[in-house]
Formats: sequence, structure tokens, C-alpha cells
Amino acid sequence: MAWRLRLAPEKTNIDFFKIQWLTFGGSMLLMIFAFIFWGWFGLNYGIDFKGGTTIRTESTQPVDVGAYRKALQGLAIGDVVITEVFDPTFRADQHVAQIRVSSAEADQAVSEEAVGQVQAALTTLDAGIKFPSVETVGPKVSGELVKTSVIAVATTSILIMFYIWMRFEWQFALGAVLALLHDVFITVGIFALFQIKFDLTIIAALLTILGYSINDTVVVFDRLRENLIKYKTMPLKDVMNLSVNETLSRTLMTSLTTLIAVGAMLVFGGDVIRGFSFAIFIGVVLGTYSSVYVAKNIVLMIGLDRTDKPKNGRPSDHEFANIDA
Amino acid sequence: MLYTPLWKRLLILALCAWGLIASAPNLFYTQVEQHNDAATAIAAASGVATPDQSSQLAKWPEVLPSALVNLGLDLRGGAHLLAEVQVADVYSQRIDSLWPDVRDALRDVRDQVGAVRRMPSVPGVLRVQVSNADQIQVAVAKVAALATPVASLTGVGQKDIEVTAEGAEVVVQLSEPERVATDDRTMQQSLEIVRRRIDAAGTREPTIQRQGADRILIEVPGIGSAQELKALIGTTAKLTFNPVVQQTTNAAADPGPRNSLLPAADEKGLYYIISDEAVVSGEELTDAQPSFDQNGRPAVSFKFNVSGARKFGEYTGAHINEPFAIVLDGAVISAPRINQAITGGSGIITGNFTLEESTNLAVLLRAGALPAKMNFLEERTVGPELGQDSIDAGKKAAVIGILAVGLFMIACYGLFGVFADIALIINMALIFGVLSTIGGTLTLPGIGGIVLTIGMAVDANVLVFERIREELRTQKSAARAIEIGYERAMSAIIDANLTTLITAGVLFFLGAGPVRGFAVTLGVGIITSVFSAIFVTRILVEFWFNWRKPKTIVV
Repeated sequence: MAWRLRLAPEKTNIDFFKIQWLTFGGSMLLMIFAFIFWGWFGLNYGIDFKGGTTIRTESTQPVDVGAYRKALQGLAIGDVVITEVFDPTFRADQHVAQIRVSSAEADQAVSEEAVGQVQAALTTLDAGIKFPSVETVGPKVSGELVKTSVIAVATTSILIMFYIWMRFEWQFALGAVLALLHDVFITVGIFALFQIKFDLTIIAALLTILGYSINDTVVVFDRLRENLIKYKTMPLKDVMNLSVNETLSRTLMTSLTTLIAVGAMLVFGGDVIRGFSFAIFIGVVLGTYSSVYVAKNIVLMIGLDRTDKPKNGRPSDHEFANIDA
Repeated sequence: MLYTPLWKRLLILALCAWGLIASAPNLFYTQVEQHNDAATAIAAASGVATPDQSSQLAKWPEVLPSALVNLGLDLRGGAHLLAEVQVADVYSQRIDSLWPDVRDALRDVRDQVGAVRRMPSVPGVLRVQVSNADQIQVAVAKVAALATPVASLTGVGQKDIEVTAEGAEVVVQLSEPERVATDDRTMQQSLEIVRRRIDAAGTREPTIQRQGADRILIEVPGIGSAQELKALIGTTAKLTFNPVVQQTTNAAADPGPRNSLLPAADEKGLYYIISDEAVVSGEELTDAQPSFDQNGRPAVSFKFNVSGARKFGEYTGAHINEPFAIVLDGAVISAPRINQAITGGSGIITGNFTLEESTNLAVLLRAGALPAKMNFLEERTVGPELGQDSIDAGKKAAVIGILAVGLFMIACYGLFGVFADIALIINMALIFGVLSTIGGTLTLPGIGGIVLTIGMAVDANVLVFERIREELRTQKSAARAIEIGYERAMSAIIDANLTTLITAGVLFFLGAGPVRGFAVTLGVGIITSVFSAIFVTRILVEFWFNWRKPKTIVV
């Protein structure tokens, strides 16, 4: 037999419910922590959601945050936050900083003059400084973006729930969506804990996590559906364990290939989309975990009515015989 | 024996070949772009090519497809603006222009309503007081007769103004359907003018789109900054010729009713009191060109249309030796004295212009004035270097991602891993082929989406291969195991990918800019990856299987 890299032994027989108190309980605890972090620290909203201006500076001179701050202190503009940006993809003499200006008045956009003043002040400090990107978002738009993002996450969850409900059972739909929300909220909690900038691309990442995580959960559910027909008398818990064990190798494989690709993006993709890559990376890890340890636990808790199965009633060699389309 | 019908195999191979050819131009982005630019330039010059253009045209063979993936602003560099048109501005202009008609109409019934006086009011509402308050209904009826039907499809049968009585005052404002119709016209006009101004500046491939009820999205690649773009489109360029009442240095002078105090554009501390009723306005210009005055200083010469020329001639004839003001966007750019009646309908605007200013002003005047002011809600500038850095980083990440995932697949599945890798490459080609053909835009998160697709694309293969392994364990023949493997993995593949497609759909409809670009690449990636993972690997496996006819297989 030719050599093959195996992530899981050929046949596993792990009882995934044995340490349920730790895994499922731990997940619940993490969710609670995520909410606490979110409430306590708040999210480090980018200008997409808060309004304001960000200016990216680039220079061959090292960034001296103190000197930058001093140069901008005298200006009659709103709050200024200066952060130096480090990245392995930068050249040796490439020094980048990110300057964020919030508007002095809460409902006003940062004016063009303020941006000009910042640029002039920094140019006096360092004649070779360049401004590769300047972005201003007014408060009106940022408010709408928050609303749109919430709608996006909610719509996606509802549509996915509906789809799973049509293809499986309502218990599966509920389990899948709760597992999804678990992934999304913990990711948001991590963003709150580390105060990573939370902007529009992070919402895109969160939605991608929804899509990815459901992917994993669906594969487990698909096998569960198949085994429920095969082993009609086996207790639900055992059928679930069997299904997860059977799909374990695939679950680990897919997570790993995705993590490899996203990892490459995280390391080499540059700092502009680092937050996006990071969110997806965490989401993939959480998504894999939740499809093994969270989604089916919820189905088990709700219980499944196995007496009458019009949807999966016909034992069929070909799964597609059952599509209601 | 594994068997896919010949026509199906040919179709799959044809699609793969198409993907490879259609994506090829993106590998030679700069050459193909120069080729396309040259082709457009030559077509614009009706077939006449300069030697320079011919050499650029030759950089890419004509027989090959030349459609490219558009690069988003975050990759190419450029400026992005989201403007909100103050559509309500137009209401007050409309209402103000009604006043002379209202006055004349009420003058006819003077013996009933008595003296008529315009009262101060909020913009967009005209209030007229009549001295005989008991005859207010007569005045209302008289003014209401001025209404005309709304000129729009939805407002058929409705009047354009609403006239009501409030005590001794007649209140006139635009009716709701008229406001809707006016808003729509204002937006159309603004879009058209923004487009003309940007086209006049000669930038490439600008995006000018209406968004929602009163917004315009403007994206111009290659422009230096959002400030430059704003300077190009932001000025309303509202030009009027008004009678001068008085010249003053008092910034707090009281201009009197229906007059305005405006600053002089070229002299600090100098103000003019001008009458609000313009003699002629910029809409009646037919042409404006940069030129020079008799002293050789930059100026703008202009021409009126027939009615403008007549009004201008009459006014100047009647007001010889009086000054009149040329007002541009709320400042008096010059106030020459009228030496003689100007009847030819053409003239010259002098001021302290630089050559660049006079050229810009001429462009703006030719393009026409924006009907309403624009507020900029969102401005983004991305420098071309930052975009290039992002492209380089994205490319590197994608290449490393593909290599790592590819090696990993071979380590796990051996020969079947090689099949999956071939499918992965074809998948990449198909993504770029589709994006180029539909004119999709690649953004930085879009590159992220492609890298993510690399990881997820092999998922369908993993599902199939794992299933084949399982089937092999239950002592099935190799051919049967492959057959069943593909069949049984299908439902999981379809369910898993359709749910991801739902996500991509939501992102597409709700997202904007870079996020929407991400949604497109993710959605296209899902479809092509399912195709390449199911069909492409399948015919590869079949081809190998029928050629080698192995007794047993190891996946």
C-alpha cells in the first residue's frame, strides 16, 4: 500500500459526547465571554462604521509616533490616533503608519481642510512622506453601513436556516444556525478582545465564515441523514457519533486545506487585508469545531422525531432521488 | 468500466480549454491593456494608427481573446466618491421662478384681493400676503390656475403645485408627484453633467452610477486624489449675469429685499450688492472657450443662444454706463461697466485667471451647471503604489497557497491528489476566464476570495475521495467504488456549496465596492470549483482507469 499522509486513523471510534460538559459547555462559556468583551471593550470600529478619516503614510524614514503626535497636536481637528503598521511583506526602508482622525463634532464629516492640515504638518516633519491612501466616510453613510451589515448577517442566517430546513429537518436547521452564530459571535468577541479594526471587509469575512461553517456542518448532517435511514434502531446519540467519526477524516482535510490557503493569505497577503484574513482564519477553526461539537449537540438536545420520515423515507442508493425540486 | 458519454467529455474538455484561453490575457496584463488601449484609440480615429499605436497593438495577437479582469480601485489606485445631490435645492429655484407669474396673476384681480406682498418664508415655499384677507379664496383660485400637469409617467393627471390659504397668505409649494418628478430630472441631469465633466478631463474607464434615490457613485481609476476629482466635478459652475445695485467694502451691509451681498472673487474686502433676478444665466450659453483679453491675460469667451442674446442685448442697451456682475458660484468674478449694447450674443469674461483656471472654467461652463449642490458622503483615495503592493502580495499569497494545498493533496491522496491539483488549476483558469468575460472587477478582498476558493475547491474532491476510500473498504470493485464515491458524495457537495452560494448572493446584493467584488469572485469560484471538482477530476480518473485498467486502486 502506497504511503499516504493521514490526518485521522482509518477507523475512529471517538465518543464526541463523552466530554460534552467541557466542549459544549466551553462553547457556551466562550459565547458569554465574547458578549462580555463586546460589551466591555466595545469594537474598534473602522471609519466605515464610525465615520472619520484614515490617512496612510509611507516613508523611507522610520515612523516616530511621538513626533507625529506632536506635529498634529496643535491642529484644531478632532481625535487623532496614530498607529505604526508592521508587515513582513514590507521592504526594509518602507515605514508605514495609519492615522485616524475622528470628526470633532459627532455628526460632521472630517473636512477637506483638516486632511490638508494633517498632510501639511507631516510633510514639514518628513519631506519624503507619501500618502498612499486617504479615506473619508461621513456619518450618514457609516450609520447606514452598520444597518446594512446587520441585515446582511441576519438575512444570510435566515436563508441558510430555510435551506437546511427544506433539505433536512427543522431541528437540523436550528442546530446549524445556532452553531453558525456561535462561530460569528466568538469571532466578534476576539476582535473586541484584541481591539482589531472592525470594518466593512470584516463583515464580508463574517459572512464568509457563515458560508464556510455551514459547509462543514452540512457534510456531517448529510451523513447523519444517511445513517439515520441505515440504522433505524440505533440510539440517536450513537448514530451521531458514528456519522462524525465517518466524516472526521474529510472534516480535518478540508479544514486544513482551507487553513493552508488562508494562512498563506494571512502571512503573505499584506497588511491591508490582514484583518479580513485573520477573521476568516479564526472562523474556519471555529467552524470546524462547531460542526463537530456544537451543531449536533443542539439537535440531540431538541431531539428528533424518527418515527415518521416523509423526507428521507425511501432508502435510496442515490441521494438525489430525494431532492424536492 | 467507468464511462461518461463522449459528448459530455467533449463538452467538459471544451469548457476547460475555453477557461485556459479566456484567462490567458490576464497573465500578460500590461501588454494586453496596451493592446486594448491602442485598439480603442485607433477605432476612435476611424482606423488611422500612429506608429506608436501600431507597435502597441502588435503586443497581443488579434486572434486571441483580449478581455481582462478589471482591477478595482483598491488595486489600481484612483479616487472614489459618494455624492449626495441636494435635490431639494431645485424646489426653491422652481418656486422662486414662480413669483413673477404669481404677482402678475394676482394683479389681474387686484380690485378683489387688494395689494399683494411677498412674505419671507422657508426655501421651497412661496408665501404671498393679500390685503383683503376675506377674498383669499379668489387669490388661491387664481394662483392655482397657474398649475400645469406633472410631466412624468407616474404623476399623470396631477398638478405640479399645491396652493393653500393660511390666514391672509397664499402658500405655494411643489406637489408631491412634482417633487418626485423633479428629483428624478435633477438626478438625470447631475449624472449627465458629472459624466461630461469627467469625460472632458479624459480619464480612463470612470464608473458613474446612480445609487438609491439621490446619490451618485463616482470611481475614477488613475486620478491622483479625491480632492482633484472633487475639484473637477464639485463646483456647481452656476453662472449668472446680474444687475449691480451697489459696490461696497462693508461685509455686513444690508442688501435689501431680494438682493444679495456677494464677495468679489479677485479682491479681498470688496463686496457687491446685486439684484437676485438674473438677466441671463449659464443655461443659455451655447459655447465657452478659453481665450485672452486685449491685454493678453487669460479669459473665457462665451456665446449665448438666441433668447439669451436677445435678453442680454436688451439689458445692456438699456443700462449703458452701469456695471453688471458676472456671478459664478456665489462670487462676483468681475463687474465690468457696460460701454455699449452688446447685441451679438457673445462676450468675454475677464478676471484674475491663470491659464489653467480659464481652461477649467470654460470646460465647466460648456458642460453646463449642476442643477443642485452635491455633498460628498464618502471619499477614498488609493495611490497606485499601494495598489501594486496589494497585487504583489495577493499574487504571492495565491501562488504559495496553491503550491502548499497542491502538495498537501498529493501527500494525502497520491495520484488522485494530482488529479485534484489539475482540477484546481483549471478552476483558477475558469475563475479568471469568467471574470474577464463578464467584465467582473477584482478587488483586494476578491483576491482573498480566490485564495479562499483554493482551499475550499479541493473540498468537493476530498469528499469524493474519502467516500471512495470508504467504499473500497467494503470490498467493492475499484470501478464500482469510484462510481459510488462520486454518486454518494454528490448530495453533500451540492448542499454545502449551495449554502455558500446563498452567502455570496447576500453579499452581492447588500455589499458595495470591494465587498461586492469579493462576492462576485466567491460566487464564481463556488460554481467553477464544483464543476472542476466533479466533472474534471471524474474524466481524469476515468481516462486513467480505462487506460491502466488497475485491479485494485489506492486512494
